[in-house]
Amino acid sequence: MHGTAALLAGTPPQLLPARELMAFSLATHILLVPFGVALPFITLLMHLRGLRRQDATAMLLARRWSAVMAVQFAIGVVTGTVLSLEFGLLWPGMLGRWGDVFGLGFGVEAWAFFLEAVLIAIYLYGWRRLKPWTHFWLGVPLPLTALMGAFGIVAANSWMNTPQGFTLDAEGNPVGVSVRQAVFTPMFGPEYWHFAAAMFLTAAYVTAGVYAVGLLRGRHDRYHLLGFTVPFTVAAILTPIQFVLGDSIARSVFHKQPIKFAATELVWDTDTHVPEYIYGRLNEDGTISGGLKIPQLDSILAGFKPSTQVTGLSSVAADDRPTALQATIAHWAFDTMAVIGSLLILLALWYGWIRLRHLDLPRSRWFLRCAAVAGAACLLTVECGWITTEVGRQPWIVYNNMRVADAVTGTRAGSLWAMLGIVIVVYAAVIAGFLTVLLKMRTRWRATDLDTAGPAGAAPEADTPYGPRGDRLPATVDGGRDRTPGGGARWPR
Amino acid sequence: MAEVIAWVLVLAVAAYACAGGTDYGAGFWDLLAGGARRGERPRWLIDHAMAPVWEVNNVWLVFVLVVMWTGFPTMFQAVFTAMWLPLALAAVGLVLRGAGFALRKPTRRLARRRIYGATFAVASLVTPFFLGAVLGGIASGRVAVGTPATADAWANPTSVLAGLLAIAATAFLGAVFLCSDARRFGADDLVGYFRLRALCALGAVVVLALIGLPVTHDDARYVWDGLTGGAGLALILLAAAAGAATAVLLLRRAHRWSRWTASAAVALTVVAWGFAQRPYLLPTTLTVADAAGDGDTLTWLLIVTLVAVLLVGPALVLLFWLDTHGELEPLTDADTGTTGHAKGDDLP
Repeated sequence: MHGTAALLAGTPPQLLPARELMAFSLATHILLVPFGVALPFITLLMHLRGLRRQDATAMLLARRWSAVMAVQFAIGVVTGTVLSLEFGLLWPGMLGRWGDVFGLGFGVEAWAFFLEAVLIAIYLYGWRRLKPWTHFWLGVPLPLTALMGAFGIVAANSWMNTPQGFTLDAEGNPVGVSVRQAVFTPMFGPEYWHFAAAMFLTAAYVTAGVYAVGLLRGRHDRYHLLGFTVPFTVAAILTPIQFVLGDSIARSVFHKQPIKFAATELVWDTDTHVPEYIYGRLNEDGTISGGLKIPQLDSILAGFKPSTQVTGLSSVAADDRPTALQATIAHWAFDTMAVIGSLLILLALWYGWIRLRHLDLPRSRWFLRCAAVAGAACLLTVECGWITTEVGRQPWIVYNNMRVADAVTGTRAGSLWAMLGIVIVVYAAVIAGFLTVLLKMRTRWRATDLDTAGPAGAAPEADTPYGPRGDRLPATVDGGRDRTPGGGARWPR
Repeated sequence: MAEVIAWVLVLAVAAYACAGGTDYGAGFWDLLAGGARRGERPRWLIDHAMAPVWEVNNVWLVFVLVVMWTGFPTMFQAVFTAMWLPLALAAVGLVLRGAGFALRKPTRRLARRRIYGATFAVASLVTPFFLGAVLGGIASGRVAVGTPATADAWANPTSVLAGLLAIAATAFLGAVFLCSDARRFGADDLVGYFRLRALCALGAVVVLALIGLPVTHDDARYVWDGLTGGAGLALILLAAAAGAATAVLLLRRAHRWSRWTASAAVALTVVAWGFAQRPYLLPTTLTVADAAGDGDTLTWLLIVTLVAVLLVGPALVLLFWLDTHGELEPLTDADTGTTGHAKGDDLP
């Protein structure tokens, strides 16, 4: 690790806490992003089903999901706002120099997010008083605004990976900005579609996983089957698509960011017939310890033939490439993502097989067990994908144009460590509170569902409606729960 | 072009001051609402009036930041370097505030509701103070390109005054809006409750402004001159007139227009400050023209803004129309199929 130590010695002391702080707040926020982007879509699907088929169970699910969305969206808003402040607090050098080149994506994102916040407020609070179809149609633009917001963020991130759309003047400052080129950078397309698919996939697997657990615990009613089937079908359709997109982005990285590719695949020397390592650790001298070596495969994956030449890490100076440790981290993140992605393909095929053969879902307990962990696995891949992108780009904050060390704030390391401590405590409290609220909601709902015939007759707030607002009860309160114990419920079709 | 973007920035700050300010103000009154029993009704109103719109209100801040770093990157860098601590504290305050508010609503247990509520309320007080202090530091010329982070940048007479003024103004806005909301929700006793508080907060704003005149005279000379002459003075007088009109409307119990006049008072003050700073972004060292980013970017920023106004404007109007016409209601436990009386669904 001498090389690493030597490199660290040349970096400002506040770099490490600044990176940890950014990493921690992003790692937290990114776990909420799939739901902010895709939960509205999944809820709308369920909502549509409820409206078209007069399905009270589907409507109940959609309402409960939007109750979850209300809390989740709020937490996402605050953790996201913090990120935009942290750009300035931690990386003033990057925004100060490059803000006018790549900042516009954030402008698009801000407005898209604005629109999303407006529409989501209308959707969440429109259940009781708006006409059913009016309410639904006001929610329909939500997935589009979410995709638009993702457009802005991914545009900014892909620019950091493949910066373009400017020229440097004599002092090295960017001039002559071309916004179109700076937004649509080479990595933009692959990153965008991979990211968007990942968000929908993850939200769908997590949602379905909740009901898979319920089914496993013997709650074989239509409510759980429906809550499982609708999101899981979305996820199963997207899984193979995502596999292709993931493969294609890896190849784009190979072409556009060869050093990052070398890091994620642990390639030391530029060569042909490069083997693929599954896991393993890169040493400072370029050797690889451990891991499963598959001859030729890396070259084949990169260029479809063993003779493909793959650029190695040693082709650039040591301080222009990720350290051995960073490369190993990026490699492990990449491999974990690829392994989980492949396993999810099998799960999706299994599901397709069950559906095609009209098999009885509740009986295949192993399938449900896999489905239940798929959500958590997906969240893990989201983290892994982001780690691959960010760590693989080191030591650059703007690839080949600005080092992370040159962008960092001049604030003393002590202040940053203190700030990191505060943020960790605050975020842990917020996430714990968030999960507690979700679990309490679930407990309350379940207690109701176990009560007699469900809440239809109860109308608890009918006795104390307030003013003109509460005097109308919602048109549909759940009535159509067919609870046939013992797994007799049919597939929802 | 840079001039136009600078005005977009000023208008965004004004919008955040009005929308976010109302929000912070609601938190301020939540803090002062008293014990669990006494404060139950005001807190219920604050919860229900804020819930549908608070996220939207706070997105304005993100937009302010984006316009800053895209349109004027050097200014953004200078401000975030010099004002590191207050901005970091404001960031923490934002998280605590939003999370406290969002988590209090679906929580049933009183002890937990207290913790979340206190977090939300205290953070609502602290956050606008720090944001105000940052503006005060900028207005008094303490931020220049390359200024290191020092306590003086934000712990100085003008900053403290601006921070206190920010708190008072948000309390004023919050009380005026809650007054109208109380009427909308049919809680007549709370109309009077918040009317009194709106008038008190307005009094505090006036007192602070009068104290500010001598305090900032030497401390923030450039902006002081800008605000006491020319267009700046005209706008300040308009803002004062709007504030006075609000007082009259409140006293005459005409709540229909009071929220508009109150918002106008705050927005006009922000715009007046924009005029007073001309041509500087950071008085008196960095002009708008010097700080401006690349021309192509500014053009596109304006295009994006215009498109967004066309898209977001109608949606925003729809949201506030639906909200003020009582079309937006939270899901009650009956809707999500929960039996048992739920605390917080009805006005206590």
